[in-house]
Amino acid sequence: MIEEPFAKGDSFIHNIDPRLRIAAAAMLSIAVALSSGFATLLSALAIAALALVAANLDWRRVCGRLLVVAGFLILLWLILPITHRGYPLYSLGPVTVTREGIMLATQITLKSFSILALLIALVATMPVAALGNALGSLGVPGKLNQLLLVSYRYIFVIEQEYQRLVRAAKIRGFQPGTNLHTYRTYAYLAGMLFVRASMRAQRVYQAMLCRGFHGRYIPLQTFKTGKQNPVFAVLTLSALVSMLYLEWT
Amino acid sequence: MHISEGVLSAPVLASGAALAAAGTAVGLKKLDYDKIANVGMLSAAFFVAALIHVPLGPASVHLIFNGLVGTLLGWTAFPAILVALILQAMLFQFGGITTLGVNTIIMALPAVLGYYLFGRLIAIWPGKSMLAGFICGFGAVLLSALLLGLTLVLTGESFSIIAKLVVLANVPVMIIEGIVTAFCIGFLKKVRPEMLPFSTTFSPDNST
Repeated sequence: MIEEPFAKGDSFIHNIDPRLRIAAAAMLSIAVALSSGFATLLSALAIAALALVAANLDWRRVCGRLLVVAGFLILLWLILPITHRGYPLYSLGPVTVTREGIMLATQITLKSFSILALLIALVATMPVAALGNALGSLGVPGKLNQLLLVSYRYIFVIEQEYQRLVRAAKIRGFQPGTNLHTYRTYAYLAGMLFVRASMRAQRVYQAMLCRGFHGRYIPLQTFKTGKQNPVFAVLTLSALVSMLYLEWT
Repeated sequence: MHISEGVLSAPVLASGAALAAAGTAVGLKKLDYDKIANVGMLSAAFFVAALIHVPLGPASVHLIFNGLVGTLLGWTAFPAILVALILQAMLFQFGGITTLGVNTIIMALPAVLGYYLFGRLIAIWPGKSMLAGFICGFGAVLLSALLLGLTLVLTGESFSIIAKLVVLANVPVMIIEGIVTAFCIGFLKKVRPEMLPFSTTFSPDNST
């Protein structure tokens, strides 16, 4: 099942205008990605953690999502300390662990978790439909926006179609293994998904024309106004300024 | 295939974003309003198909299908893949904001190349479309892995071993992707040839 685990809620973050949240997440993420000082990165991690607290999400789910990056980070930790040139800290036969290598791996780890936490706290806390509307009013081209909304509307339908095809295969005794038969079955299954998607698209487009579609979706929800928006904007700007200050001093 | 957040250097991230914006602009220009439903739907199917895990010995790998998407969509694969990546970021948090451009290039550039190289091959070698499909699926993942490795190497010399490991680790994925894409193109050729590019088959429901 595809779901949006963080989109619903009534926290401080959930009540902020989506446009502000997207702008804040983008600016803060870019600032994190471009920084290298440890003070900056630690404060970025603290800011991201505060945003997660303010979004009041299910901690187990958040941790689960953050752990997705752990695999690549473990690979980095295994390799970077011994391949990066620098001051040797520890030698074991031909292998030398360098201080610079460990510092680089730490930096990357901090950045990775901060940027993902910001995404979860600020952007994943809105439904994709709200994201589409917000992106539209932030100047993203209309066609891209419509593509996003159509795609979002139908991933759930197509996923159900996929589950139906898998069920049908199972009923016919299909057991996946490492063999050509399995790969052929999955290929036909995926092919059928593409065929049905394309046929559904024709019906949907005809239905859209029948309803007088001429190039714009009309959003039902409006952006929330209130005191929380200027408060959030000030908090974001001060976070950004303090990160820039720490990076440059 | 995603590059993680926080790894790449600023010039790599910025040039990835700029190239992705350019590719998306070309794709959007080629995308007429009457095709939005079709491309959006295929982007959704691409998103779902990337959830398919196929067994490989004791482990499993998930399919990518960027070669096939490129063959079906041409330049509009750029916005379609960007949209699928945005949806992955929103729903699963695979990749964040700063790597969106780089990840779009890694996936979409091989897709568009696949369209120009193998879309035509499928059309002119009617008997060998399965072979063209295999090269298309294999080549697209190979190119994606090489692009991913390139972003790492451009970021810093010390990443070169990791870059090599990433490419090597993806070799089994390339082979499986090639096999699956070959069968998939064979299937589409039989069931709905008009979905494949440069096809001259007349189809009653496409004629309107």
